[in-house]
Amino acid sequence: MKIKVNGREHEVESDPDTPLLYVLRNDLALNGAKFGCGLGQCGACTVMVDNEAVFSCLTPLLVVQDREITTVEGLGSIDNPGPLQRAFIEEQAAQCGYCIAGMMMRAESLLQKNPHPSDGEIRAALEPNLCRCGTHMRILRAVRRAAELMRIAALGTAPRAP
Amino acid sequence: MTAFKTFLAIIGLCLAVTLGFVAIAWRAPIDPVSPPSASGFDPALVRRGAQLAAAGNCSTCHTAPGGRAFVGGRALPTPFGTIYSTNITPDPVTGIGRWPEEAFRRALAEGVDRAGRHLYPAFPYDHFRLLTRDDARALYAFFMTREPVSATPSANEVAFPLNVRMLLAGWKILFLRQGSYQQNPAQSEAWNRGAYLAEGLAHCGACHTPRNRLGAEKASERFAGGEVEGWNAYALNEASPAPVPWDADSLRFYLTNGWHDAHGVARGPMAAVVDNLAAIPDADMKAIATYVASIAGEVSAERRRAAEALIANTRNPTGQSIVGTEASGENIFYAACASCHEGDRGLPFGGVNLALSTGPSGPNPDNVINVVLWGLPPADGARSPVMPGFAGSLSDQQLVALLSYVRSRFSDKPAWANLDKEVRDAKSGGRPSSVYPAHGIDPAQATLNRGEEP
Amino acid sequence: MMERALPTRRSVLAGTGALVVSFSSVARALAQADTSQDDKPALPGSLKEYPLLDSWIRIDADGRVTIFTGKVELGQGIKTALLQVAAEQLDAPFASLTLITADTARTANEGFTAGSHSMQDSGTAIMHAAAQARAILLLEAARRLDVAEATLKTRDGAVIAADGRKLGYGELVADNLLHVEAQSRSPLKEPASFAIMGRSMPRVDIPAKVTGGAAYVQDLRLPGMVHARVVRPPSYGASLADVDTAAAEKLPGVLKVVRDGNFLAVIAEGEFQAIKAMRRLAAAAQWTEKPSLPKAADLASVITALASQDIPILDRRQDGVVAAKKLQATYTRPYQAHGSIGPSCAVAHWEDGNVTVWSHTQGVYPDRQAIAQMLRLSPDKVRCIHVEGSGCYGHNGADDAAADAALIARALPGRPVRVQWMREQEHAWEPYGPAMVTKVSAALDAAGDIVDWDYGVWSNTHSTRPGGAGALLAGQHMAEPFAPPTPKPMPQPEGGGDRNAIPLYRLPGARVVNHFLPAMPIRVSALRSLGAYMNVFSIESFIDELAQAAGKDPVEFRLKHLDDVRGRDAIMLAHDRFGWASFQKRPGSGRGFAFARYKNLAAYCAIAAEIEVERETGRARLIRAVAAVDSGQAVNPDGVTNQVEGAILQSASWTLYESVGFDDTRITSIDWSTYPILRFNAVPESIAVHIIDRPGQPFLGTGETGQGPAAAAIANAVADATGKRIRDLPLTRQRIKAAIGV
Repeated sequence: MKIKVNGREHEVESDPDTPLLYVLRNDLALNGAKFGCGLGQCGACTVMVDNEAVFSCLTPLLVVQDREITTVEGLGSIDNPGPLQRAFIEEQAAQCGYCIAGMMMRAESLLQKNPHPSDGEIRAALEPNLCRCGTHMRILRAVRRAAELMRIAALGTAPRAP
Repeated sequence: MTAFKTFLAIIGLCLAVTLGFVAIAWRAPIDPVSPPSASGFDPALVRRGAQLAAAGNCSTCHTAPGGRAFVGGRALPTPFGTIYSTNITPDPVTGIGRWPEEAFRRALAEGVDRAGRHLYPAFPYDHFRLLTRDDARALYAFFMTREPVSATPSANEVAFPLNVRMLLAGWKILFLRQGSYQQNPAQSEAWNRGAYLAEGLAHCGACHTPRNRLGAEKASERFAGGEVEGWNAYALNEASPAPVPWDADSLRFYLTNGWHDAHGVARGPMAAVVDNLAAIPDADMKAIATYVASIAGEVSAERRRAAEALIANTRNPTGQSIVGTEASGENIFYAACASCHEGDRGLPFGGVNLALSTGPSGPNPDNVINVVLWGLPPADGARSPVMPGFAGSLSDQQLVALLSYVRSRFSDKPAWANLDKEVRDAKSGGRPSSVYPAHGIDPAQATLNRGEEP
Repeated sequence: MMERALPTRRSVLAGTGALVVSFSSVARALAQADTSQDDKPALPGSLKEYPLLDSWIRIDADGRVTIFTGKVELGQGIKTALLQVAAEQLDAPFASLTLITADTARTANEGFTAGSHSMQDSGTAIMHAAAQARAILLLEAARRLDVAEATLKTRDGAVIAADGRKLGYGELVADNLLHVEAQSRSPLKEPASFAIMGRSMPRVDIPAKVTGGAAYVQDLRLPGMVHARVVRPPSYGASLADVDTAAAEKLPGVLKVVRDGNFLAVIAEGEFQAIKAMRRLAAAAQWTEKPSLPKAADLASVITALASQDIPILDRRQDGVVAAKKLQATYTRPYQAHGSIGPSCAVAHWEDGNVTVWSHTQGVYPDRQAIAQMLRLSPDKVRCIHVEGSGCYGHNGADDAAADAALIARALPGRPVRVQWMREQEHAWEPYGPAMVTKVSAALDAAGDIVDWDYGVWSNTHSTRPGGAGALLAGQHMAEPFAPPTPKPMPQPEGGGDRNAIPLYRLPGARVVNHFLPAMPIRVSALRSLGAYMNVFSIESFIDELAQAAGKDPVEFRLKHLDDVRGRDAIMLAHDRFGWASFQKRPGSGRGFAFARYKNLAAYCAIAAEIEVERETGRARLIRAVAAVDSGQAVNPDGVTNQVEGAILQSASWTLYESVGFDDTRITSIDWSTYPILRFNAVPESIAVHIIDRPGQPFLGTGETGQGPAAAAIANAVADATGKRIRDLPLTRQRIKAAIGV
């Protein structure tokens, strides 16, 4: 089966009914998406499929054959973090950190569709994702900060007015 | 007669008709009173009023999402424009704080506000007119003892000439009957009580009956089903699509708990109705169930046998593997849905048995599409069924394939037409739908999780 | 209890021509540097049990420094904080330090990372060891450079002479240089000179966690690793009557089915293959169950009816007390779950009769010992290495998953076996925070002061950690099972169910009894703050009830009864920053206050909260919270803030929503739909944490200090908003609505 993740095509051996979560973690050795419940209740497994945030634990391999999958690894690296990652590091938005990659993908999907989300819109967007450590305040701050960093980055690449 | 005189005669006739109409349509304003003090109301009457308000589902329409109770501002889309619910807290300026009881009663019975303006039948006074004076008094006591909140909801978005309220008098002439509920001596006390509540306060027909072009319920098609907020309110009469026919016991369970193993989970606007119904007395719940069960009439032996066969064929986790790598409806079902919907965990927290659920047998795919796309969101801090939405993970094509499969596998009805368009409209918001989180399930009910008989 | 194991597999540096600085010269040098804060004769922190400096610090020839701790990262930021302490006292660049956390082959046995002890025990040990190591390096440099030690300075991992000559630590270190016992006094740096301690250094683990780096035991991938799943019984005490394993064994990828009595598991090459096999195996298993759980609706009376050991922990009587008013109250708490977001996971690898287990257990040594006993092996054949898991908040399924992995891997020697618990398994089988009942009565005199106080708490033990194979699920379920150990009360001042049962207030007459309940109808153990959550909830709720009876402002009332200066500072700071005196009450809103010192010896925490209650539904929403915290010397202030913010939100979730559900046989709250917790829609508008920094003071454990005060502040705010006092946790929408009425 083929699969396109973070811009690269892969051939994987997994069965077609394998949830995307296990394909990412085991076939492709990607750590970002995590097993939290396998029931679509906690969001630790959240990745993006064509810019929509989905629960990878309930998305079987066979439905994502022609889709673009993005995981947190696709947002930047430890040596070159993207704006969302920078924001989470700046705000120290993690305690145990287990939920964070899922939060970030949910936030990334929001920010791609809505670069200026209100506080209420951010909260509503993150509702499907659970955090047990109580890092919510920082996560909200990090998403706001990421929106700011993305806007600044966009300004930098926008054509200058004559 | 000259043309001019004919012209004058016609003008005169129009004027006469108009004046006649206005004479009939005009309602006198009722003088405002100083807001009655909350402590002046008998607590028992207030409690009774609370139960009645719950039966009437008042808080759902009169509360904006995320807003304070009864402050209004909820948008109610109608074919004639968007109506915004009013502030019915006892605020003296923006609410009904200065309404005497007489004005409150008139609003329920005739659809006229204190100032004499006609109200849009989005406020279902065509049902509330059935209330007794005593019940209206209790409701008045309840509303007058709520927290007054100063807030003016948005103005209605209704185009001319429909925004001329006086024209509603015409609607009322055509469609509004007068008078409170009349007992049916041929029926039991419980049936009559149920009819009084269901036809009156609970206004079931307002959603479950189709409407005509003027927005009134079709009297000849009572309980033949309706559309509300993007959901199909299933027919409750003999046209009921439920694979397993309802009876008074199952209805009572469902209306009390918000789910039933052999029928499904209340979602969409019905979730809000069921949440409110939790507050009504058991006897009233029983009565409503008795009445609603009777609407469907006698269940044929054939239908009963078919239902028994369905139930007997209990959930069998086949652990079926998918065949091939194609994203066929069957494969998608087994890869994405079966782990919950063919698992060994029953309602309310496991996936509903789709063969018994009404959704796949519905007249249109709206309800199933809504649930598959948007899921069942979690309640706020209370136990509730949670289902994820698949709008992001399934493409339009895959959704169509899945829905076709679900329809053909889990119902004996003909295929749904135009699934491509239905899915597109639902995803794009072309056919908007409201998604309601359930307010939660009483912890006591969670013990039924093990599939014991409810 | 703590063993002083001499590590056998450690790479003890064999000395060839090693120069060991003599014991006496070290002692002389340290005696001259009389700047130690610690005047106790005993060694500070965990140095008591592990006095050798190279149990804690190793410096390589290239100058890289490795710090060893017997504690573990739980997400509380301890890795970073310990590195800060070491870097500061050693004067080595922060980036040159690596931390090795608990590993039975390499680190000290510091018991469990629990009880907010990490900074107090390990942090203290590392601080002193690092300071003494620096002193030794200075001495060695003085010897080599042939100058007076007092003319030397240290900076960035090197010793620098007055004439500019420089010797890096790597050059100075020789075999066994640090293989000396610690002294009781250390030349600690002056807090005013701190460059790293006291700073909010960014956490060292966060960058990897946000960029997909391997960070958790769940991310371990070893060559040849296979996947296993356990088929757990459907209820406590269920027995496996029969299981036809054939169908599961035939599934693709399945390597083996493991059965040992009631312990049932399956191993497969691929993870999803293991899951499918688990489902098939579970369907084929036939269990005999028996109803054994108490009646949920009667839980409080069930608890108080259990046989109890009645242990007085305070008995102070005052004669001639004239009571003007008497009040009493009973408070209840249900079982509550850890609910770790990542279900427990472990990897085990058998080779040549030895087994290595990677686990997120809080205690590698006790878990190792229990696993060894379970496998009937000597402990030296078992190595237990900590790898981070998701937040555990106490004793969750981690130790059991480690045991599962070891037992399953024994059936497939040579291949690492990864065991991942399912969500339902974690929810149903983790040991919960115990259900508790408290009863309190007090008397006020005519001036409105408390003159008498009577408090009783009913609770199971708050620790069933291993301690023996009988504490492990696998140990209980196998064919030759181990009996669960007899629970014993944890003595004061730490306490278990009676943690924080003794108020810090001035009470002329006071009696506190710990009614210890050995019988555990439902599996319980340590949940963050142990009994303190319930005791502080009860005491601080009752203090408010007394304040109301005395006609006093709740904060004033507390200050009136509190002599502890640091406690008073915390209360006044929270009071001021919240704007308590100028609070404007709106319909449906209320404010509440609470204070406690965790264990009466760890961090101080005062919290003021604002709540809004929806009258029609009873729904309570936390609007904002303001906390004042005194952790002594705050090594990483942002870490303190993070922990207290988290404690407030977690406690809000426990307090407003959470209770384990069960029928007469099974646990029914087995996932997030049946055990809902706080989601973003209920997150408050703001949480402000104000830290009172006390440089030079001992570290005070902070990880658990917020739980109790947050609960009571919320309860007091609900009472203020509704005029009704609710004493039964959780303060659900239904309870609040029932109290409000129509």
